[in-house]
Amino acid sequence: MPANRTGLLGKKLGMTQMFTPQGDRIGITVVHVGTCVVLGKRTIEKDGYSAVQVGYGEKPLRLCTKPELGLYSKLNIKPVRFIREFRLDPKQVESLEVGKTIAPSAIFKPLTFVDVVGQSKGKGYQGVIKRHHMAASVDSHGSHEFFRHGGSIGCRLTPGRVHKGKRMTGHMGDDRVTVENVALIEVRDTEGLLLLRGSIPGGNNGFVVVRNATKRLGAVRLTEAEQDQKKRAAGVKKPAAGAKKK
Amino acid sequence: MSDVVPAVELLEKTLLRKQALPEFRVGDSVRVWVLIKEGDKERAQAFEGVVIRRHHHGLRSSFTVRKISYGVGVERIFPVNSPRLDRVEVVSRGEVRRARLFYLRDLSGKAARIKERTTKRPTEVAATTTEG
Repeated sequence: MPANRTGLLGKKLGMTQMFTPQGDRIGITVVHVGTCVVLGKRTIEKDGYSAVQVGYGEKPLRLCTKPELGLYSKLNIKPVRFIREFRLDPKQVESLEVGKTIAPSAIFKPLTFVDVVGQSKGKGYQGVIKRHHMAASVDSHGSHEFFRHGGSIGCRLTPGRVHKGKRMTGHMGDDRVTVENVALIEVRDTEGLLLLRGSIPGGNNGFVVVRNATKRLGAVRLTEAEQDQKKRAAGVKKPAAGAKKK
Repeated sequence: MSDVVPAVELLEKTLLRKQALPEFRVGDSVRVWVLIKEGDKERAQAFEGVVIRRHHHGLRSSFTVRKISYGVGVERIFPVNSPRLDRVEVVSRGEVRRARLFYLRDLSGKAARIKERTTKRPTEVAATTTEG
């Protein structure tokens, strides 16, 4: 289903922290999405589907192919490094202008949820304990040469092979990872920044895709305390009031 | 990295507390007023004791105050930039030779006293004259 609003591309700048008005400290990931530019449109008549193509980041001219250069000179914009399409409602596609940058606040509202897609940090070739959270063997009781093994990988003559999907050692990380329902705390148009609660995939400087949450709608409630208070107001008044007195 | 750190640093600057705290050092006795919520009302509650640690780290700055409450040592860590931290009053200046006064935890009564500091640093003199 095409979305009502496009997503944006950005770069993870790093993490810091901030305080909620209630005084709770929350971890914040800073994502720059300020210079997203509309590169093109896909329409049902022409392409069979409705979408918008968005670009972000800078790319040196020497890395551009000639067809790319043609596009950029036509739009009169600097070459971009990171390009993605977002499936979008045809009406929404119409409202966007090719070659224009998108203001973050036009897409995202603070205190809502977003989904973030990124490339996770590569971990290299890892054993089963780190990769699949298997338990390690005992270090003592006479055990030797068998500490971080995965154990048996199958049966005997039946089935005579290892089951598909058996969790084993291998390359870990550097995957496309989507984190859903990340709370968007603040949108700063002037700096082009999004402040997200908690962590997102990938290292600093990594490219990410941010879009409005597909599953979780509604507003972000910043503190547990706030929720507790509402519960208290609804009922269960006595013990809570007694506890507060102290 | 080069273009990353400045952006986050600039952002952190906008998140720092608006009203600066008075200058105080490790060993000083302070009265810290913290906003607490009682039902619907909000009021400031005092926590008075000796500063035994200061952590200077921009947005993450904090300090630890230790006091003896009903014979029990109580330490509280205050994030400098928390909106719940209303204000800090300096009760007295202390003369100490450590940056971290964790040794106070092992001392009690008279031994845990801190000598009053009489010499003032230029910045402190300026602060008191503007107050008075």
